[in-house]
Amino acid sequence: MKTLKILVGIAFVIAISAFAIDKVSGSSTTGGYSIGDVATDFELKNIDNAMVSLAGYTDAKGFIVIFTCNHCPYSVAYEDRIIALDKEFKTKGYPVIAINPNNPKAYPDDSFENMKIRANEKGFTFPYLFDDGQKIYPQYGATKTPHVYILEKTNQGNLVRYIGAIDNNYKDADAANEKYVENAVNALLKGEKVPVETTKAIGCSIKA
Amino acid sequence: MSRGIVYVLCIVFFAGCKGEQNVALDATQVYKSKGVEIPMYDFNSFEPLLTMDDGKTRVINFWATWCKPCVAELPYFELINSRYPDDQVEVILVSLDLPKQVESKLIPFVKRQQIESKVILLDDPDANSWIPKVNKTWSGSIPATIIYKGNTVNFYERSFTYNELEKELKKVL
Repeated sequence: MKTLKILVGIAFVIAISAFAIDKVSGSSTTGGYSIGDVATDFELKNIDNAMVSLAGYTDAKGFIVIFTCNHCPYSVAYEDRIIALDKEFKTKGYPVIAINPNNPKAYPDDSFENMKIRANEKGFTFPYLFDDGQKIYPQYGATKTPHVYILEKTNQGNLVRYIGAIDNNYKDADAANEKYVENAVNALLKGEKVPVETTKAIGCSIKA
Repeated sequence: MSRGIVYVLCIVFFAGCKGEQNVALDATQVYKSKGVEIPMYDFNSFEPLLTMDDGKTRVINFWATWCKPCVAELPYFELINSRYPDDQVEVILVSLDLPKQVESKLIPFVKRQQIESKVILLDDPDANSWIPKVNKTWSGSIPATIIYKGNTVNFYERSFTYNELEKELKKVL
């Protein structure tokens, strides 16, 4: 009987401690921006070796910042759509700024040299920047590629107006019937509230 | 004392019987090639797999062949699959590879790595609608893993070592 009491006691302690551990691991902090936050500017190297920062776009009304890369099939599936977004919105004041957040040591396909090759093959119309040292993407809170942040230029800085996916069908642009980024920028251009401010998508984990 | 053992055996026996229960999910398509069979599901047909209450612990890992950290941790899921009896723990590897790469990438990978765990393909392009149904906290990056039994559900958007994975499994077992 005594052993039973001890056993129950031990089980109780284990149960309590398991609960305690759960509590700790459950409170993970997800860094990065929320809607309405001021996004940091940066100075990153473009594939033409020039340094690019948001402040350099004096005429822009805002930006479509897209964390993307070479190696990820989901990013590749969206390349043509990213080019189309830039073509449509650059002239309206919302250029695409693409940033490769990956460490080429983890993904050799995502090296600066390979970025130049891919941009050339696809005819990127927008800057394709290298997050050297992987310092910018954690501030934004990007977790995967592609991961879009739409920023609106205001007197208080570049405010985050949308975070998420480009549209609701990574496989087939024609089948996408919710064009999140397009709708968001069109709303901003009209001075309206962005209809869908955050969306989720499968993507390739960013590897620092 | 011996009566206690009989009770325990009974519980194990009945739990084992319940574990035999097989819920058939409706695959939209089954890829067969090189002796490997991979059923494909949209989210609606896949969803029941997240809430089966048959006494078995399920380890559901979302991965893809193009995802390096996913591929790196697959051996640990395989080890869990081989070390724990089928009626106690079921490991399901949910591939998010693009359907057009199933025959060129996924099936050759499964064959080459001699993967024993169950591999299925989840193909549902409207990810924004189903990611929150898997778990509200999931941003959509992989690897991601669910370990659940009955109403105890733990979700992880991270990579594992073997010891870490087994520790999390034992919390639910």
